[in-house]
Amino acid sequence: MIYFDNSSTTLINANVLNTYQAVSQKYWSNPSSLHKFGEKSFMLVEQSRLQIADLLGVKGSEVFFTSSGTESDNWAIKGTAISKRKLGNHLITTQIEHPAVLNSMKQLEELGFKVTYLPVDQTGIVSPDSVEQAITENTILVSIMAVNNEIGSIQPIAKIGDILKEYPSIHYHVDAVQAIGKNLWSKLFHPRIDLMSFSAHKFNGPRGVGFLYKKANRQLQPLLSGGGQEQNLRSGTENTPGIVASAKALRLTIETQQKTAQQTVAIKRELLDYLTDKPGISIFSPDASDFAPHILTFALEGVRGETLVHLLEEQEIYVSTTSACSSKDETGSGTLKAMAVDDRIAQGAIRLSFSSENTLAEAQEFISKFEEIYKRFENISY
Amino acid sequence: MNSLYFDNAATTAMRPEVIEEMTDKMTTIYGNASSTHEFGRQAKKVLDDSREILAKSINATDKEIIITSGGTESNNMALRQVAQIKQNEGNHIISTVIEHPSVLRTLEYLEGLGFEVTYLPVNLQGNLSTEDVKSALRPDTILVSLMSVNNETGAKLPIHEIGELLKDHQAVFHTDAVQSYGLDSIDVRRDHIDLLSTSAHKINGPKFIGFLYLNKDIFVKPLILGGEQESKRRAGTENVPAIAGFAKAVSLLDEKSKQDKQDFFKKLTTQLLSNLKENHVAFEVNGQLSDNHSYHVLNLWIKGVETSRLQMNLDLNHIAVSGGSACSAGSLEPSHVLTAMYGENSSRVNESIRISFGEFNTESEVEALSNQVVKISSKLLTKNK
Repeated sequence: MIYFDNSSTTLINANVLNTYQAVSQKYWSNPSSLHKFGEKSFMLVEQSRLQIADLLGVKGSEVFFTSSGTESDNWAIKGTAISKRKLGNHLITTQIEHPAVLNSMKQLEELGFKVTYLPVDQTGIVSPDSVEQAITENTILVSIMAVNNEIGSIQPIAKIGDILKEYPSIHYHVDAVQAIGKNLWSKLFHPRIDLMSFSAHKFNGPRGVGFLYKKANRQLQPLLSGGGQEQNLRSGTENTPGIVASAKALRLTIETQQKTAQQTVAIKRELLDYLTDKPGISIFSPDASDFAPHILTFALEGVRGETLVHLLEEQEIYVSTTSACSSKDETGSGTLKAMAVDDRIAQGAIRLSFSSENTLAEAQEFISKFEEIYKRFENISY
Repeated sequence: MNSLYFDNAATTAMRPEVIEEMTDKMTTIYGNASSTHEFGRQAKKVLDDSREILAKSINATDKEIIITSGGTESNNMALRQVAQIKQNEGNHIISTVIEHPSVLRTLEYLEGLGFEVTYLPVNLQGNLSTEDVKSALRPDTILVSLMSVNNETGAKLPIHEIGELLKDHQAVFHTDAVQSYGLDSIDVRRDHIDLLSTSAHKINGPKFIGFLYLNKDIFVKPLILGGEQESKRRAGTENVPAIAGFAKAVSLLDEKSKQDKQDFFKKLTTQLLSNLKENHVAFEVNGQLSDNHSYHVLNLWIKGVETSRLQMNLDLNHIAVSGGSACSAGSLEPSHVLTAMYGENSSRVNESIRISFGEFNTESEVEALSNQVVKISSKLLTKNK
């Protein structure tokens, strides 16, 4: 069995699972309770917050726990729009964002906000100049993903950050869900970023845990009101086991990220060696410095991506079409469309996404199994 | 010394079966339920089976269950999204002064958007009557939101009667059933409930998971948008292990075990009260122990003993009780529920504790609790003199 679908979700790390279990058994009390049981849970949540903050190089008071990357994106975008609506009603994003961002933007459009969806170039990268050109006096938010989830293109987060230095009243949000733990942090983290979204299950942590980095003093309306947890910005009884386990998962991921990146890029190169110059194959995730090491998306012209996914599955190889979130969406890949890839080719796209658990031997096995499938379709003229 | 936990209305210990179920799902089902491959389908199957258990537990259909991150999200989604979709039919909302902060703060937010909210007062029992709702009801009322059981006193509101009252009115009926789910028999058809919020961690399930029941004839837009999960009503990769753990906790609670639990808590309540009486502690129950009371919560006024001092002293003796509800992190503000019942000048507001029972409590634990309350209250009263 080969699992090459780690951008959809990852297997929880065994040590992280142990932590989840241990905390569930011992420290299940409500962190807001004023007795000792509650205090211990409270301490654990706060230690985890500090640990995550240290790993990200930010302050503990700037880390807010949510239920997912999706919630973090929704909160960052809608919370900004509502809290800054007196200053303007214009938001800027790209055409290749995750549905959590795109659909939040669409909802805001229904409420009267104006959104600019920036195009990307043929390689799937937005131009920093286009961001600057799109800025108006009404702009209140720029939301750009760090690493695209469909092809792995790295967006010029730092360059856009430099531009936004000149526009201090605009909130700068970065969806970093696919970027964390991929040895890209030093390249991506920029002091101008105000808000950043993360999701634990993408880095071998548990499901149901996300977090949002919010720079101190940045205004953000809550999405969920209630008991006042998370500095009164995200109510709901804290998920102590999930939070502690996520902090551990992040630490383990970041400690090994250099090695993981080398390993996944080796796998990617092995596969690229095989795929490059193969008739009918289009590669969207080259071996280049502006592409993440863990994602490889390519298409076989004339064969639907779904067909390839199922044929590979028969060989116990698990990949996805473009992203799990839009797998059921008939419209296909938003990113490839934005890159103006011909529909006929875009429909044939599959995404392979790697983790530290994957090996070169798996890449070789993939190649031999894929070659069989490829040969079956060879008679179809490319 | 063993630690005694009497704060089960704040949260409960996870049942070992639930932890086991979650561990199993975390290690064997790791696909994204939205993925189309075999792993995804396995995850989807777990999700569907769990949803069926959750739906059946309140006599709803599978499609009417939206999985959320808990009671707070369920309440926020219910109120914000119903208000939004019904705003052309009116702008009046009815609720009570004793709701959970996740309802009260959300209603305040809606007031800021121009909605008009009637907060019904409660009587000395911490309860209200169907008549109260009836007289507040107007043609432009779009939403009635009432908790099923109050988290501080255990008062059971007349949900069934109010459901009957509202069934021919345009107003949508939402109940925050977080404190009632798993203890009372809930039937959304029988009680004419349109929306209902639950939370898993109050019934020995995992944290950060719950559901919102949404009647199939009511359409609301999502609060959290993105992928197409939960039939496009709540985006985010499904938390399959926690959902399976939640369903496990629910499946362990049949109608008989719910009744057994209530009976057991009633017995513990009786035992505690008679112990205190025998030892001449001057106390009164806040609210009323009657058929309209959920026995997992017992709110006691220990006359002359300050809440925080009693709670702290019990804590030093490894006994966890609450001075109110465990929501506003780290703060001990006067209870809004006791204030609503007795007025802000009543001594009860500053001299009461909440004891809440769970299935892992025992009679000998209750004895230890009452002994400590006797000891500490007499010590503190002597000091005061």
